[in-house]
Amino acid sequence: MAARFLWASRVASHLRISGAQRGFSSVVLKDLKYAESHEWVKINGNKATFGITDHAQDHLGDVVYVELPDLGLSVSQDETFGAVESVKATSDINPISGTVVEVNEVLTESPGLVNTSPHEEGWIIKVELSDACEAQKLMDSDKYSKFCQEDYAKH
Amino acid sequence: MSVNRVKNLGLPLMNLVKLRGTPILQQLLLEERLLRSSSDNWCIVNDGTNLLTLSWVCLGTVIVDENTLFVSLICNRNDVPDVQPYPRSVMAWSGSLYSEVFNGIADFQLRENDYVFGDRKFGGNAQSITRNRWIHHTSFLWDYSVSNMAYLKLPSRVPQYRLERDHTDFVCKMKDYIERSVFIEKTIKAVGTQFMLKELSLDEIDDSCREHVETTRLLTLDELKETTTRSESIAQAV
Repeated sequence: MAARFLWASRVASHLRISGAQRGFSSVVLKDLKYAESHEWVKINGNKATFGITDHAQDHLGDVVYVELPDLGLSVSQDETFGAVESVKATSDINPISGTVVEVNEVLTESPGLVNTSPHEEGWIIKVELSDACEAQKLMDSDKYSKFCQEDYAKH
Repeated sequence: MSVNRVKNLGLPLMNLVKLRGTPILQQLLLEERLLRSSSDNWCIVNDGTNLLTLSWVCLGTVIVDENTLFVSLICNRNDVPDVQPYPRSVMAWSGSLYSEVFNGIADFQLRENDYVFGDRKFGGNAQSITRNRWIHHTSFLWDYSVSNMAYLKLPSRVPQYRLERDHTDFVCKMKDYIERSVFIEKTIKAVGTQFMLKELSLDEIDDSCREHVETTRLLTLDELKETTTRSESIAQAV
C-alpha cells in the first residue's frame, strides 16, 4: 500500500496533478474527463473511449467479469449498458451517450486489466458521441481529484 | 434530500417485506425489480426457501436449503450518506448493523467479506451497485446437511482466514448461536434504528415499482461451468 501511494504520488507529480492528499492516492490522468460516477472518458473528435477510474477499481476490488454491450447499441448516460463485476459486487456502468463502435474484447479473458491498467489496457467501450454537450459537463482532472478528496474526507 | 425522509424523525423510510419459504429465484427477481424500478428503500427478509437449489448470487454459488435465511437491504445512496457505494463500505455498514443483532450473543465479526462467529463463516453476501442505489444481499446458513455440502468443491479463491480448512471446519450453523425468531426480530429492530420501517405485503409492492426488464435467471449447466472457470471460484459454502 505504501509503495502504491509513493508510485501514485510520483505519477501525479509527473502529470502535475494534486491527487495525493490526505489519504486519497488514486491516479488521475490529466488528459481525461471524468464523471461523478467514477468513470473516465477520452474524447477524440466525435468518438470517446470509456472506462472506470483508478479510484473505482480500487474500491470495487478484484474484477472478475466485465459485461460488454453489443456493437451498434445505442447507449445513454442515463441508462446502464453493462456492469463490472468484482469478487463481491456488481457495479453498473453508465457511459456517455452515443453508439457503441468498439468494445474491449480482451476484458472477456482478462477482466483484471480493469484493476491493473484502468486507464489504458482496461478501457471498456468506444462510443460515437450523440451529444457533444454531455462531454462539456464532465469534470477535468483537477475537479475530479478535488471531488474524490471531498468524497474521501466525508467517509 | 430523499423524498422518503420523514421530516419529524429525520429517518429515511424503508419498506419491510417479510417472506416465508419464497423460492430463492423469486426472491432474486423481486430484488432486481426493486433495485432497478423503485426509488424506495427496502428490507426483505425471507424466512427459508422451499427447494434445494443452486442459486447464483454475484459470482459465487451458494447451496441453499429450506432452512437458509435471507436478508436483503436495498438503499438509496442519499439515504445512507455515510456509506460509499462500494463493497467494502457497504459491508462495513452492514457489519455494524449485524453487530447490534449479535451483541452479547456471539463473537460476531465481518471478516474480509464474510460474516463469522469467531473464525467460522455463517453468512455470505453480495452487492449490486447502481448509480444511485445498492443492494446488500445475505444468505445466512441456519443449518446444513453434510451430504449437501458434498456438492461443493473447494474454491481456488478463498479468504485468507480460511487457512485451508475444509467446509465442515470453515462454516458453522447459525442455529447453534441464536433462535430463529430472535434473529429476525433483532435484525428488524437494528434496521429500525436507521430507518422508519413500514411493512408491506407482496401484493402491495407493485404500486411502487415501474416496469423493468428482468435479467436475473437460472444459469444453464454450460453457463455455470463457463462462469465458474472464469471466476476461479468454483463454489463457496455459505
